[in-house]
Amino acid sequence: MLSKRIIPCLDVRAGRTTKGIKFKDNIDIGDPVEMARYYYEEGTDEIVFYDITASSDKRDIMIDVVRRVAEEIFIPFSVGGGIRTVEDMRAVLLAGAEKVSVNTAAVQNPKIVSEGAKAFGSQCIVLGMDVKKVGESAKIPSGYEMVIHGGRTYMGIDALWWAKEAENLGAGEICLNSIDADGTQEGYELTLTRLISEAVNIPVIASGGAGKPEHLYDVLTKGKADAALIASMVHYGYYRIKDIKSYLSEKGVKVRLNW
Amino acid sequence: MIAIIDYKAGNLASVERAVRKLGYPCKVTNKAEDIKNAERIIFPGVGAAGQAMADLKALGLDNLIREAFLGGKPILGICLGTQIIFEYSEENDTTCMGLVPGQVRLFPQPLMEGDTRLKIPHMGWNGMKIVRPHPVFSGVEAGSEFYFVHSYYPVPADDSYIAGLTGYGLEFASAVAYKNLVALQCHPEKSGWVGLKVLDSFCRWDGYAQ
Repeated sequence: MLSKRIIPCLDVRAGRTTKGIKFKDNIDIGDPVEMARYYYEEGTDEIVFYDITASSDKRDIMIDVVRRVAEEIFIPFSVGGGIRTVEDMRAVLLAGAEKVSVNTAAVQNPKIVSEGAKAFGSQCIVLGMDVKKVGESAKIPSGYEMVIHGGRTYMGIDALWWAKEAENLGAGEICLNSIDADGTQEGYELTLTRLISEAVNIPVIASGGAGKPEHLYDVLTKGKADAALIASMVHYGYYRIKDIKSYLSEKGVKVRLNW
Repeated sequence: MIAIIDYKAGNLASVERAVRKLGYPCKVTNKAEDIKNAERIIFPGVGAAGQAMADLKALGLDNLIREAFLGGKPILGICLGTQIIFEYSEENDTTCMGLVPGQVRLFPQPLMEGDTRLKIPHMGWNGMKIVRPHPVFSGVEAGSEFYFVHSYYPVPADDSYIAGLTGYGLEFASAVAYKNLVALQCHPEKSGWVGLKVLDSFCRWDGYAQ
């Protein structure tokens, strides 16, 4: 039986992580490589890096980060943010990432999903989805709409339809972020997560809203997610990954405890 | 030197990085001379069986690997590399190298665990129960998990070739040990500490099962 995955997400801008960490004495706060190694040693199952560097001429910095992370950790990790072409994907994968995620570019140009899957295999291609609850309508039957620009731009695309479409195009996994829950630390959007998880036959990583271990339990059981993305709750040292895993294990969720 | 076979099948750099991290000299190569001179061989791969066999043959690598195997060199198969050392794969209806008697099959659909329908590919961390002692798996504790990404699974012709078992709707041979060859369906190079431990044990193994 597969273990449910616990995945910290690191936002990186121009080679530095944007959220500080409080946990350990000798860590260079803000160095994504050091943070990745810390989480690796803490027993994380995977890591997501999200490049929020604004200007495209600094993309080489991220490639260098990916290369250095790959030298240090021997678990899968994915890289997203600013991936617009198959060549962008290739650069990240060759630098050592296991997976690459596309979000805005896929909504604007769905062909990038199928081209990426054809070039590198579906297992490499993660579809990132930013979703907002808008209420059911003729245009948005599920009541959940795709958004970009951090939720400021509505795309007029139904999230449920898009998840299934992306699976057909060859996405190997979905990272599903609820813009409504993101940053609240009050729990994942369970209804949305369950809706998408039950509709597709590829793994779904739930994202947005994690504040305490109970939230992970809820989304991995009631929400039917295969994995849970976390950020602040571990970056700021409120919780440690191994404690979250012990909690989940005691509640009957299968997680990887030996590493 | 350890030869990591390069036959255009996916990104081999992660295997190379892991072996280097462990401190062993290695080379990603498809040159006959390197493979003949190597003390041991790692045969990785990501992709589809049909294309992989076609590429191997085009490069003349199938015969070089067979010679190395018959000559007693320790060989480690990983993922697709594991699948195409068997006789046949259902993927693309492919006749494979036939170093180990047995076949490779597609997970049946629907694949159920209780009343849950399982997703395919089998992707993520899963346990591997070591079912017989072998130098490459010494020190792998009960409950250890490895990282898997695959839709097809090995079915050795004889249960005595099975070294490790994993459950995903059905129980399959996730580790095979046959003569001087060990083959893993999982990715040891992505499986954290325990994966590196298995790689390290392979890099020290003399090729004898006991």
